[in-house]
Amino acid sequence: MTDAVTLEHATLRIGGRDVLEDVSFTIRAGEFIGVLGPNGAGKTTLMRAILGLLPPTSGNLRVFGRAPRRGDPSIGYLPQLRTVLPDVSLSGREFIAASLNGEHWGLPFLGRADRAMIEETLALVDARELAARPLSDMSGGERQRLLLAQALLGEPQLLLLDEPLIGLDARHQEIAIDVVRRVARARGITVLFSAHELNQLLGTLDRVLYLGGGQAALGTVEEVITAPVLSRLYRTDIQVVRAEGHIFVMSRGLDLEHSAHQHDHEHDHNHGHDHGLGHRH
Amino acid sequence: MSTTTTTDMITDLGIVTDMFAYEFMTNAFAAATIASLVAGVTGFFLVMRAQSFAGHALSHIGFAGATGAGLIGLSPIWGLTGFTLAAGIAMGLMSERISNRDVAIGVILALALGFGLLFLHYHTAFASQATALLFGNVLAVDRATIATLGLLAAVTLVALGVIMRPLILASLQPELAEAKGVPLRVVSTAFLAVVALAVAQCAQIVGVLLVFTLMVGPPAAAQRLTRGIWSGLLLSAALALAQAWLGLTLAFYSDWPVSFCIALLSALTYFAALAAPRRIPTGVLERAP
Repeated sequence: MTDAVTLEHATLRIGGRDVLEDVSFTIRAGEFIGVLGPNGAGKTTLMRAILGLLPPTSGNLRVFGRAPRRGDPSIGYLPQLRTVLPDVSLSGREFIAASLNGEHWGLPFLGRADRAMIEETLALVDARELAARPLSDMSGGERQRLLLAQALLGEPQLLLLDEPLIGLDARHQEIAIDVVRRVARARGITVLFSAHELNQLLGTLDRVLYLGGGQAALGTVEEVITAPVLSRLYRTDIQVVRAEGHIFVMSRGLDLEHSAHQHDHEHDHNHGHDHGLGHRH
Repeated sequence: MSTTTTTDMITDLGIVTDMFAYEFMTNAFAAATIASLVAGVTGFFLVMRAQSFAGHALSHIGFAGATGAGLIGLSPIWGLTGFTLAAGIAMGLMSERISNRDVAIGVILALALGFGLLFLHYHTAFASQATALLFGNVLAVDRATIATLGLLAAVTLVALGVIMRPLILASLQPELAEAKGVPLRVVSTAFLAVVALAVAQCAQIVGVLLVFTLMVGPPAAAQRLTRGIWSGLLLSAALALAQAWLGLTLAFYSDWPVSFCIALLSALTYFAALAAPRRIPTGVLERAP
């Protein structure tokens, strides 16, 4: 089987800064990969490169053996919520329907087959009733479920989920992970799931892709979440503490993942992101 | 012909005859029908994209265009259309950082009004037209203007139809649209050009200062009341059309200015839609910026 994503000595540059520098790794088809790393380490950048939005400045990047191309139907994408979703009372169903063939010119008519596919995909994530409600009335968890359905439209072979847990409380984070795992296993979909915290993903992920300091480490949790590997990525002295099935990545006694998560919340808040919706329940 | 003469005629006749007996009224209805349908449909996307202020600025730039056209002997409608179109395309090509900033738009809007005044100053014979440009004069629309409006409307709606699908996705989920290969800059520029044409048509009916009454009021109300793209578009166009027709009728029988009547109906419709209960109350958190 063709590998899902292959990087060979790839360098990804944004605004004159090498976000990832001379990076090589291979993600096999059907793997569930947790993508971790501090803010700015290149999680979103890597996904944009896989989507064909950012060609590597050097080296090679292949997606299912091909060069990345924009609008690749074999990739489903759930972008990180940067902007407040528009204040429209469109139903969830209409909202995600707009993504179907959204790159084609003309009037937004959907055929019977398209409608059927939308219903089937909504059923897959148990969101058919939810999708009748206006988007503006949904909680954060409900929106993420809907957007996950959207990412699954068209039966993609690769799912790129950029921080899908942000703004969800612990229970809804668990639900979201479960849904992704169930659908990905059933359909043999390769998943790149970026997150700030490793622990929720521990039981689900096959391997970890840890980004930091322009570099990447791909391997099992035991291989990657170690003091030497993470110290290299963070370019500082890192301790890894394991306790009661949890893993804590610490630097001088500070829980790095937790503080990064906090920081990101503040960051999002400043930029108008409606975080914390999951707490409404 | 003005509304005063209208009333005189009614009084002279002694009875309130069918308003369609007057050619200026049938002309006004025809022009208002064209412009309101275009406004309702175009405005739907303007409101969805939260760009109504940009639409407002385009109409003010059109004022400078119309008065400037008078200076060099062009017809106001083409001066207005040309200026709004050029400004719309320029706005689309500018970086989002500039074109979506209220302050920058406000400054340009005020400058455009200032230039409009300057052009009027040098063309005194044209000054009587200022009120008509600012507040509209639909009762003075002639057959030639209706034909021009029809042509502009056809171009506007066809262009909107071509960009509609990527426009919706780019408006709702720009990151996803980009990933799917939608050329965001092309789509947003083309849309502002469409808005510019719609503004030019609306200004013929309600004037540059009141284009909001047809382009923002009805779609904003429609988006409160509907859950789908097509149902929203239909309701928006229907509300705009109803406002235009009712506004003309109300003006005919009350002797109030048409633009006032349409503005009044627009506000009433919007606030009625706001007051309409939503099934599920929206959380404060979701509204917070």
